[in-house]
Amino acid sequence: MDKIVVENLSLQYSDGTESLRGVSLSIRAHAITVLFGPAGGGKSTLLRCLNRLNDLAEVKTVTGQILLDGENILDPKIDTIALRRKVGIVFARPVVLPMSIRQNLTYGLELAGEKRRSRLDEAVERSLRLAAVWDEVKARLDDPAIALSGGQQQRVCLARALALQPEVILLDEPTSGLDPISTGKVEAALQELKKEYTVILVPHSVQQAGRTADYAAFFLQGELVEYGDGKTIFTAPKEKKTEDYITGRFG
Amino acid sequence: MKRIFFLNRHLTERLGFGLLTLMALLTVIPIVGVVVYIFVQGAPAVSFEFISGFPRDGMRAGGILPAIIGTLYLTIGTAVFSVPLGVAAAIYLAEYASDTGLTRLIRSAIINLAGIPSVVYGLFGLGLFVLFLKFGTSILAASLTLSIMTLPVIISTAEEALRAVPQAFRTVSISLGATRWQTIRRIVLKEALPGILTGIILGLERAAGETAPILFTGAAFFLPRLPGSPFDATMALPYHLFVISTQVPEMPVQVQYGTALVLLFFVLGMNLIATAIRSRARAKRQW
Repeated sequence: MDKIVVENLSLQYSDGTESLRGVSLSIRAHAITVLFGPAGGGKSTLLRCLNRLNDLAEVKTVTGQILLDGENILDPKIDTIALRRKVGIVFARPVVLPMSIRQNLTYGLELAGEKRRSRLDEAVERSLRLAAVWDEVKARLDDPAIALSGGQQQRVCLARALALQPEVILLDEPTSGLDPISTGKVEAALQELKKEYTVILVPHSVQQAGRTADYAAFFLQGELVEYGDGKTIFTAPKEKKTEDYITGRFG
Repeated sequence: MKRIFFLNRHLTERLGFGLLTLMALLTVIPIVGVVVYIFVQGAPAVSFEFISGFPRDGMRAGGILPAIIGTLYLTIGTAVFSVPLGVAAAIYLAEYASDTGLTRLIRSAIINLAGIPSVVYGLFGLGLFVLFLKFGTSILAASLTLSIMTLPVIISTAEEALRAVPQAFRTVSISLGATRWQTIRRIVLKEALPGILTGIILGLERAAGETAPILFTGAAFFLPRLPGSPFDATMALPYHLFVISTQVPEMPVQVQYGTALVLLFFVLGMNLIATAIRSRARAKRQW
């Protein structure tokens, strides 16, 4: 089932740089779709279009459409607050909010109007478990989140996005600053997550792309070069450019 | 030859460094000098009666309570007007305004406001608040005048404090379904609060010590009782100091320095509070 359908999406920033050119792809529900390619290819831009976080950036023009469950989310009239609750994001650098671990987790829910203590506690435990960090932080939920290690912080950030029970999780190089052990934990968590969520990942290396991808899309300078299931792309890519990149000839 | 060269460079370095240290020390001398001098001269005059009593014998004896209370009222009055307005303006400039002609106009207005001599504010306040709006020579008119003078300080420090909050906090908050205002209220303001408070206190401190803006708008030469409403005029420490230093013949020098000492304590006390807030926040900071 296609969760998200991107149709002929082009985007230009105010400084004149063209970030996406005529991108079309369909993203499957309950799978990990990997967007990979060299820096400046438009992966992050696409990711930030999917929950309209690009509204905060200096964007000049966006054309085309993005359908989430059939609804065009680029429509200026849509409720971006509701959209962002449905489409969560984790950034490259773990940014915990300046409050306790528990408050980080409940922040979004409280804004959404959830006041019941039991519901909040439940959400905290469930999402921390899903993000594979519960055992490490359960004894100090009321400590400042900043006191955690980088790897723990990043998993708390993942849990924070999950606490809102979104339908789609966007991850923008979530392990770029983490050590191999933490990276392994996050990747393992992603494999669990895809059972419930639609996961879209910008990996920080080709290796990670190969390890995690159910589906993979290769981006080069704002264009989608090749898109297909992960195995095919990483073993027998059709495009020469994809092959060159995967085998390390550039990038 | 080489060795001499090296020694020369070393010597130059040390000389330069020593000179800079000397300059830095020189800047401390006036501050310490003023405080010590005022303290030594004024301390004998300061007693319980001095800070809790009314002036007697044509202000040559007795206490300066009305001036202390008056300055307190004026400081509070200034805070009432300048804090909400200043902080709101800073939030607008730091969080909402984009770089348009309008915001550039606002910014240059604020910068120029900071450069206006205080006596000009006094005249402006006389024209607008005392005469045109018919507030009379009153605490209200003086507070409003001081507020205008204080605004640029509050706005610019508050804006700076808001801008110092990492952008990433805002992005994360928005991505979790917060509106911009929720983000500002729950994250940004909370983090910027110590910086904003510091700015407020520094601004109010300046207002508390000013003479010229209240000269025509609210300050009284002598009042036998404390002001009862915002529409009353009031005595105030800086103006009282001016009066007893220039207008009263055969004034005991001690009383003058005693008054100066109280004013100095008032202002330095506020400064101390600002410093305490700042250092406490710095220790608690989580980023």
